[in-house]
Amino acid sequence: MNKKKTINRRSWLSAPYVVWVVGFTVIPLLVIFQYALTSRDGVFTLANITAIFEPVHLKAMLFSLEIAVGCTIICILLSYPLVMAMRRLNMGRQGFTLFILILPMWMNFILRILAWQLILSNNGILNFLLQKIGLAPLSLANTGTAIMIGVIYDYLPYMVLPIFNAVNEIDEDIIEAAKDLGANSLTVFLKVILPLSVPGLLSGIVMVFVPSMTSFVIADVLGGGKLQLIGNVIEQEFTKSANWNMGSGLSVSLMLFVLISMAFTTKNETEGKSSTIW
Amino acid sequence: MVERVKDFVSRFYLALIILFLYAPIAVLIVLSFNDSRSRVVWGGFTLHWYQVLFSNRQIMEALGTTILLALLSAAIAMVIGVLAALGIQAMRQRGFQVMMMFTNIPMLNADIVTGIALMLWFVRFMPLGFTSVLLAHITFNIPYVILSVMPKIKQMNLSIYEAARDLGANAVYAFFKIMLPQLLSGIVAGFFMAFTMSMDDFVITYFTKGAGVNTLSTMIYGELKKGIKPEMYALSTLIFVTVFALLLAVNFLPKKKERPVERMERER
Repeated sequence: MNKKKTINRRSWLSAPYVVWVVGFTVIPLLVIFQYALTSRDGVFTLANITAIFEPVHLKAMLFSLEIAVGCTIICILLSYPLVMAMRRLNMGRQGFTLFILILPMWMNFILRILAWQLILSNNGILNFLLQKIGLAPLSLANTGTAIMIGVIYDYLPYMVLPIFNAVNEIDEDIIEAAKDLGANSLTVFLKVILPLSVPGLLSGIVMVFVPSMTSFVIADVLGGGKLQLIGNVIEQEFTKSANWNMGSGLSVSLMLFVLISMAFTTKNETEGKSSTIW
Repeated sequence: MVERVKDFVSRFYLALIILFLYAPIAVLIVLSFNDSRSRVVWGGFTLHWYQVLFSNRQIMEALGTTILLALLSAAIAMVIGVLAALGIQAMRQRGFQVMMMFTNIPMLNADIVTGIALMLWFVRFMPLGFTSVLLAHITFNIPYVILSVMPKIKQMNLSIYEAARDLGANAVYAFFKIMLPQLLSGIVAGFFMAFTMSMDDFVITYFTKGAGVNTLSTMIYGELKKGIKPEMYALSTLIFVTVFALLLAVNFLPKKKERPVERMERER
């Protein structure tokens, strides 16, 4: 009884946080819903929500989805070999490689994306190098491919880290056992490492899919302003058209889409682990 | 022989990824030494941009704002987050789940939605400026602190705390003497994660900042159209080198001081 009492008293420590959540998470969401569900004159309407199905918006939405799904898949395909390669290194080198992977995040991300613009532009560094070795230049500037390179570049570490952590937690004895029982490296990977790393993979998917679906700076810089992601459309509703209701409506549609697809992805995740992002 | 080939292939792959990650950084570092305002022409080596950097008031102000914002928001988020994690852990199943759901909202939600929602709310009762950006940063920083402290609380041995209380320590004294040392690594990790996220944020700052306030990110974004000042490359090179040195020191120095018992534990 006494113990239960102290424990209940301890939960009061989270009071400031509860106030904070109500003030800066719940109420702002209610406010954005309020704008989304009213017209400029304050009359109730669903027009701002359904606006996502207008051709212009739908096109941006589908393009964002294409970029996000493509980038997430490529990040997964790049991450697993990378994690497996890191496993072959000894402990000290593993730590150093991890450190090398995280370090670029400390250079301002807009500047790094700008550097990609310099690399990929038609008379940029990549084409200069390609011509040096006698290959035909590529015209990547202002294409969806350029945006994808930027997105993959920016979010790859967010996929590698959780997968690395999950793979690192696998008991080495299990892998040894599989090998002793005659499994070759491919079987070990497919039957042991891949299934046991699923929690990390799911965190990685959430951490790459959401920002790549919704970023607008990368498309701004590498898409040359012509290719619009849904993030660009929303941003312009606020900065250029000053139509807050429409902007909020599109944001709410985007939020619902992202939350539903993520709930679908993380449904199978085991209890308790769902909160560990890193 | 097969193992040697595998080693070679995996190292080659690692090298390719590292090249991919560092190519743009190399470009920026080279540009910071370029004696030409153009971004495509190499005009010779110079340290000029590093000299003018410190007399550029606009950049220095933005740098000051960015660092102050990161320090304040990470510190406040740390206090609220640690208390919250202790409290949430003590809640019953239902309360625990509800609180964790709300903690995950800012992490799962798109930055652009969080930023817009906060902006729409702030404009109702306060002018947008440093304070509104600070409130926004604290909001997205608290979950990082909670999520890195929570596992440490789960591992913590509560009996020691209770023993201290039984022996007459008051709650505050027992917290600082018993709990804090056990939670310290999680708190420090949460603080640094929050600091990093605040330093690197663009979208939420962009929507909540109002006119007049600029962090490095929003300033660079504003300059994208008219052209980035080369001083900016110099500044990011300096930040990069500083962080590189700091992280190198943090990651690789303490191992020397490790006690033999801990090393045995680790090698086991």
